[in-house]
Amino acid sequence: MAIFEAILELADDHLVLGHRISEWCGHAPMLEEDLAMPNMALDLIGTSRTLYDHAGKLEGKGQSEDDLAYLRGEREYRNCLLVERPNEDFAHTMLRSLYFAAFMRPYWLKTLEMTNDETVRGVAGKAEKEMAYHIRHAGEWVIRLGDGTEESAARMRDAVAALHIYTDELFESSPAAAEAERAGVLPVRADLRAAWDEVIGQVFAEAFLEAPEVPYPQTGGRKGLHGEGLGHLLAEMQSVYRAHPGATW
Amino acid sequence: MTQTTPLWEVFIRPRNGLSHKHVGSIHAADEVMAVQAARDVYTRRGEGTSIWVVRSADIVASDPDQAGENFEPTADKIYRHPTFYEIPEEVGHM
Amino acid sequence: MYSQGLIGADGSTTETQEFLDAFQKRIDAEEKIEPTDAMPEGYRRTLVRQIGQHAHSEIVGMLPEGNWITRAPSLRRKAALLAKVQDEGGHGLYLYSAAETLGVSREQMTEELHSGKAKYSSIFNYPTLTWADIGIIGWLVDGAAIMNQIPLCRCSFGPYARAMIRVCKEESFHQRQGYEIVMTLAQGTPEQKAMAQDALNRWWWPSIMMFGPHDADSQHSDQSMAWKIKRFSNDELRQKFIDATVPQAEYLGLTIPDPDLKWNEEKQGYDHGRIDWDEFWRVVKGHGPMARDRIKDRKAAWDNGAWVREAALAHAEKRRTRKMAAE
Repeated sequence: MAIFEAILELADDHLVLGHRISEWCGHAPMLEEDLAMPNMALDLIGTSRTLYDHAGKLEGKGQSEDDLAYLRGEREYRNCLLVERPNEDFAHTMLRSLYFAAFMRPYWLKTLEMTNDETVRGVAGKAEKEMAYHIRHAGEWVIRLGDGTEESAARMRDAVAALHIYTDELFESSPAAAEAERAGVLPVRADLRAAWDEVIGQVFAEAFLEAPEVPYPQTGGRKGLHGEGLGHLLAEMQSVYRAHPGATW
Repeated sequence: MTQTTPLWEVFIRPRNGLSHKHVGSIHAADEVMAVQAARDVYTRRGEGTSIWVVRSADIVASDPDQAGENFEPTADKIYRHPTFYEIPEEVGHM
Repeated sequence: MYSQGLIGADGSTTETQEFLDAFQKRIDAEEKIEPTDAMPEGYRRTLVRQIGQHAHSEIVGMLPEGNWITRAPSLRRKAALLAKVQDEGGHGLYLYSAAETLGVSREQMTEELHSGKAKYSSIFNYPTLTWADIGIIGWLVDGAAIMNQIPLCRCSFGPYARAMIRVCKEESFHQRQGYEIVMTLAQGTPEQKAMAQDALNRWWWPSIMMFGPHDADSQHSDQSMAWKIKRFSNDELRQKFIDATVPQAEYLGLTIPDPDLKWNEEKQGYDHGRIDWDEFWRVVKGHGPMARDRIKDRKAAWDNGAWVREAALAHAEKRRTRKMAAE
């Protein structure tokens, strides 16, 4: 059961972030980004689907990927707070993706080395490359915005101030995740700090950004203690599915 | 006044063994973003294994007004083609 | 995802008859015209306008379908819809590129869209009200677009034809995606089936209007046909679409909302009821229910993104300067 929950945490992270990025579709700052951002969202949603499907099988109660995605409310969602943060502007959106991908890339690489779960290994092999590209794409944008115009630099600094407080949670293992780590299914989150720091440090140096001290990191997502935005995201996402119980789409 | 983002021509190698082929163009401010845009726009269905981008402004093209003098003089040089020469059938494929 | 007959092209041209005849001879010999070739001004103007309208239609067309990405009722549908709307953006991009070969910039075309000077397909000025609309749009609107776009792959202007080949290749999944959605609804609960019928009722007439005015009322068609920018008339394409679509609706057990629709044995095709051309022109002229919202959304995306585009250019300039200093 703990492993089911740990996989669910990962699936929720990917779905919620993919959903957030998909909100941009048709509204990007330039047409090229209207193609780039859906690519990112599709990577994330694709990973979430495999993970939900796997979680449902581990649980063994016949829940499908859609049951898990569409029938749990905000107190049952287990994503970290970073991924649910609203898009705000392009600076926030790119920074949020950079923070997440800079964590997930080493996470999946580590997973490839250690996991005893074949499905998780399959996900890791594919997602590691996707996250490498997300780091590049989001990272290059953070550099351009940080070292662009006065306005873009100010917006980039605002984004860092707004989002950095959510990054510590990435390295926290919930009791369920800790059990999956002990069972050799998933890597230890806290061990990935150095790899994350290195990527963020490189990008920030080129972007003339500074990582702020965070005396009071925001956490709680793994316990279902979210911001107010997630409820709206889920209400929207789940509206059609929940209005027609039992229907096939 | 609207600033315009430079235009780039995109060339994709569909798979190793084939040459890069022009597939279209994209807009990007610099070469790094141009390669990423080309990747995101033109390789969504596994169309490529390698990408070239070149600023459209940097392409040097032949002058369309010189098309006649450039390309028509070769039309009568038929001796450059193998079918110009007659080899008896008994000799076999050559 | 576009099929409207060109609106308001001006094919008039002032070249000598000798020049025009020589050009027409190339066209008649099925030679492709490339951007740097000599061409009548009317040909160039018609193409800039048509490719621009086509590109704008793809871009504006992202909005009604994008309206349902966040609410798609399964993760499989969500991924497919996102990929489809992304494709529409890609198609807009290919088409802007084709128009740019004629010396008009994307920024210029974008400004013409926002100012209302440039038109786009009237179909996108209707709202998507339920999930079934996503299925119906894929089935009917993309279906209608394919009818028009396949002949455009043989258009006389090279860059347009090449863009259309890529577009048609990619779009082949769009209509199937839509039909599969409608089929699932039609075979689902009574509420789902009613939702599908309601969406068909709302989208049928706008879909067949997409082919543009009747041939007799389509003033610029003849010149476009002669120049092989257009290969079939509006009415020919509309007829092909209706003939293909009626059996598909019958298979689903859905009713096409046209009491006058009936098989005509003699012409081996369906006769249809009277199209409300007043509505068509109203919508084309910008009075469709969603017209203001569509342009407002596009303009907001462009204006809100200005600082990003400016930052990218400023950064590129800094990189250049630093590189030169280092050399």
